[in-house]
Amino acid sequence: MDKAAIIGVGMTAVEANKATDTFADMAWEAVNKALEDAGMTLNDIDNIVTTSNDFWDGRTISCMAVSDASGARSKNVSCVEGDGAFGAFYGLTRVLSGSYGTTLVTAHSKGSESISSLITNAAFDPIYDRALGMDIITACALQANAYMSRTGTTAEQLARVSVKNHGNACQNPLAQLPMTLTVNDVLDSEMIADPLHKLDCSPVSDACCAVIIANEERAAGCREAPVWIKGAAFCSDAFFLGDRDLSRAPALTQAAKKAFDMAGIERPADDIDVVELYDAFTYQELMWLEAMGFCEDAQAGKKLENGEFDRNGTLPVNPSGGLLSGHPVIAAGLIRMAEIVKQLRGDAGACQIAGARRGVAHGANGLCGQSHCVWVLEK
Amino acid sequence: MNEPFAGVEPMVYQSRISVPYSWWAGDTAGKFFVALRDEKKIMGTSCRSCNRVFVPPRKTCPTCFSENTDWVEVAPEGTLQSFTIARRQLAALPKPAPVIFGLIKLDGADTALLHYLDEVTPEAVHIGMRVRARFAEERNGTIGDIACFSPV
Repeated sequence: MDKAAIIGVGMTAVEANKATDTFADMAWEAVNKALEDAGMTLNDIDNIVTTSNDFWDGRTISCMAVSDASGARSKNVSCVEGDGAFGAFYGLTRVLSGSYGTTLVTAHSKGSESISSLITNAAFDPIYDRALGMDIITACALQANAYMSRTGTTAEQLARVSVKNHGNACQNPLAQLPMTLTVNDVLDSEMIADPLHKLDCSPVSDACCAVIIANEERAAGCREAPVWIKGAAFCSDAFFLGDRDLSRAPALTQAAKKAFDMAGIERPADDIDVVELYDAFTYQELMWLEAMGFCEDAQAGKKLENGEFDRNGTLPVNPSGGLLSGHPVIAAGLIRMAEIVKQLRGDAGACQIAGARRGVAHGANGLCGQSHCVWVLEK
Repeated sequence: MNEPFAGVEPMVYQSRISVPYSWWAGDTAGKFFVALRDEKKIMGTSCRSCNRVFVPPRKTCPTCFSENTDWVEVAPEGTLQSFTIARRQLAALPKPAPVIFGLIKLDGADTALLHYLDEVTPEAVHIGMRVRARFAEERNGTIGDIACFSPV
């Protein structure tokens, strides 16, 4: 792969309810932060990818409604529906095509303005199973039970993910839910859908993130040291939940293997310094870590209990607080990437993992992690 | 919020998107629903090259993309692959919580069907339990023609 880098990142705070900002206001804030970060103006941006979802935004062709605010007027703008990590992948391929030196990628959503249960119910097949009334929480609860049953992972281990990530968020000024919790706080919180308690679930959130990707030539002139994209891959599984073994994530295993092969990484647990992954629910952090090969199958819960994924552990995972501390759908995966960029530059403030040189960011799209996008970034 | 707006309610524009849709079930789902409605039979399609039976049926194998031309009847009885009990009255639930959802692999099928479990207490549900379809008294060619699955 030709060299490409992330040269600018910008994100709004993740909040429960951005009553003062419209979609466009959020995008404009994130875009200007990313431009300032890169030491660029809109004149330096060759093309733009916006990432959004019409159902979450409650409008048709939602991506075009934020194109002005994303600086796309008089420019080539294209749109991705799904998680921002996938929007960034498309932005990367546009740079690698040779047609564009820089791509600005934005991703936004405001969960506060609609009803998650109804929006995510509409992701189910309208003919075969939507009428049953499942949503993202009940679907992921099915997956959590399947994963826990197969691996022996315990409710206490899941709760420990929540304790860790909410605790990490206390160091992140952009996080929505910094909290000091105990395992019992999680286990005593409302059972929403067995085995998922309220504190096993990520909150509803509003935010936007923007990232600037550049080829080698254009990266040379940016303000901060470029963070190089060493590997990027995505892979999808079957759509219907019943077609998959929900207790496993083979699409993530494949995506991670491709990304690691590109980056020349043979032992991810040893070769990666920090991970930001898509922890929409507690069990997902453990399941995704195993699927990416950061530990043996069924061992993530034990390693978590040993503190290995803590900020001062052998492999810090979600030092920003992750999605459990703020989950703006669509923006979520792009924020994971921006957090890794900050870590590798040494710009992560109180969340900083000392000496982080190489990191992994992960985005997911679809019910129960139907598709996964894995990025290996290096200073 | 900025200080000058303290105590002032933010303005909200209330709206509702209400767009009628008519989804054609298509030949494959159509045949599945007619068999449920008229014969209380659960039908799947079979992929000859993968040797897998899909329930609910698909016209094209999602693994090898060959056409699934063979129809097979599967048993109304199967094994619970996973489950959850929705305790909170989530907005998408069409009936009062608690609602038990399950993924059921019917005998003769290689994929699992999403549906309700009923006539069982939440405490008694477990992965691997054997369950059987209970058909609705009045059937109209929808997934609701199976009322639920319950323990054998």
